[in-house]
Amino acid sequence: MAAKRQLGLTAFSAAVFLFLAAPLAIIAVTSFGEASTIRFPIQGFTFKWFGAVFASRSFMSSLGLSLMLAVYATLLALAIGIPASYALGKTAFRHNTALRSLFLSPIFVPGIVVGYALFKFLVIELRMPVLAGLLMGHFLVILPYVIRVVGASLEQFDFSIEEVACSLGCNRAQAFVKVVLPNIGSGIVAAFMLAFLNSFNNIPVSMFLSGPGVSTFPRTLISYIEYSYDPSVSAISVLLMAVTVALMYVVEKTLGIGSLAK
Amino acid sequence: MRRSLYVSLIAPGLLLLAAFLFYPLIVVLAPTFGSGGPFLGRYIAFFGDPYYLRVFARTVRIGLVATMVCVILGLPTAYYISRRSGRTKSILMAVSIFPLLTNSVVRAFAWIIILGREGVVNSLLLALKWIDRPLTLLYTEFSILVGTVYLFLPLMLVTLVGSMDNIEEDVTEAAASLGASRFVAFMKVVFPLSLPGILVGGVLVFTGAITAYTTPTLLGGNRNMLLATLIYQRAMSLSDWTGAGVIALVMILMTLAVVKGMQDFAKRLDRR
Repeated sequence: MAAKRQLGLTAFSAAVFLFLAAPLAIIAVTSFGEASTIRFPIQGFTFKWFGAVFASRSFMSSLGLSLMLAVYATLLALAIGIPASYALGKTAFRHNTALRSLFLSPIFVPGIVVGYALFKFLVIELRMPVLAGLLMGHFLVILPYVIRVVGASLEQFDFSIEEVACSLGCNRAQAFVKVVLPNIGSGIVAAFMLAFLNSFNNIPVSMFLSGPGVSTFPRTLISYIEYSYDPSVSAISVLLMAVTVALMYVVEKTLGIGSLAK
Repeated sequence: MRRSLYVSLIAPGLLLLAAFLFYPLIVVLAPTFGSGGPFLGRYIAFFGDPYYLRVFARTVRIGLVATMVCVILGLPTAYYISRRSGRTKSILMAVSIFPLLTNSVVRAFAWIIILGREGVVNSLLLALKWIDRPLTLLYTEFSILVGTVYLFLPLMLVTLVGSMDNIEEDVTEAAASLGASRFVAFMKVVFPLSLPGILVGGVLVFTGAITAYTTPTLLGGNRNMLLATLIYQRAMSLSDWTGAGVIALVMILMTLAVVKGMQDFAKRLDRR
């Protein structure tokens, strides 16, 4: 009886999930088509577009740039974000709330505006390299993730354990490395994953911040799509989705998938 | 914690924020005030220009409609997910989170394949002989809207599931035992209890939709600009840096206003 009454809800949800999954499934199918432009349904079956992606110098070099950028921006955000979250989480100063919202403030500045301001000020007026602007832009955009996720796991942490370590002879730094860090480890891993993926996938910040030889992977993909309509874009999409699935599997096995839903 | 340690943990982040966010923003936004003409003259001109006003209105319209569609599609689906358990729930959550972690270029590109002149929809309708000429679906406001809903529905789902997980099964059962149908129980019990989640999700979707760059650039084309594509065009193609600055501040203020409005509304809900 209950199952019958829920039929409407089940059908509605199934339709929504179909809406979410079908477009990505269609992309995946088109990556195997033999025709030189994308067709659905496909004719023939080939892996040649995957080969074409790996053979493309502009894709591969921009992929290298994006991966490196994501690693450096994430490490910088962790290096800045973890100590700040620790200080804000451990103390109970009156201005902590205000400071925390200051650290979260990049959320309120649209990515395209961050890119615009950094490009105009750093690159055009101060003549700094585009790469410096990219690194800082990506750092700004992902810092709030680190502050939020690490902050949330510090809220669960009982700081008296740290005091015990100190009274047993650890100095402040040892207590932090040996006691605090391991206890918020899963939060740091989740923050790393979120920050890395958000930097790697970011487009608005990187739109302004480009120059000769400097173009992030998603930005290169956008310019490619503006001029061509061949299945190599589908092949790239499949590769990106495969990496995402692998990352999600690792996260699910270690932290639980819910840790990415923050 | 000693004050000196506290300061040395907080200060580096604040310095970077000041040097690379606040100061650059002040420098690029300052010329939009005055610079010869009357104070706020640039902004009055922006809202007096029919073309800019159309872009502004289109941006707000797409933001509002996309938010509404996400709520309508998201509420029942999130409720369905939150009432599952174990493996089923993990799989459904994974399906909802997966698009969030997939590049937005990929997610917009899917709709080029589906809505294009020779795309999936047109080939299907032509094959069925429902139409005899391909429909113009891509590079319209409609395609931006579909792409925006597709981009942000997962965010709405995840937010709503998070708030609905806190609703005890007992309350809907209590409503049912008092004679409410499932639909009435949903509208009178689940809906009010998930209002905070709807608010948070709605703000995330709306602010995301009015500032998204990829979707309007790939699915909107040149004739259907939104503020995010307009700022890029003003600055990069036309070298109108001050004009771009005006749009930048308009976007920041819209985001802040919506978030502030949500917080005030949430406070009122709390008091009730």
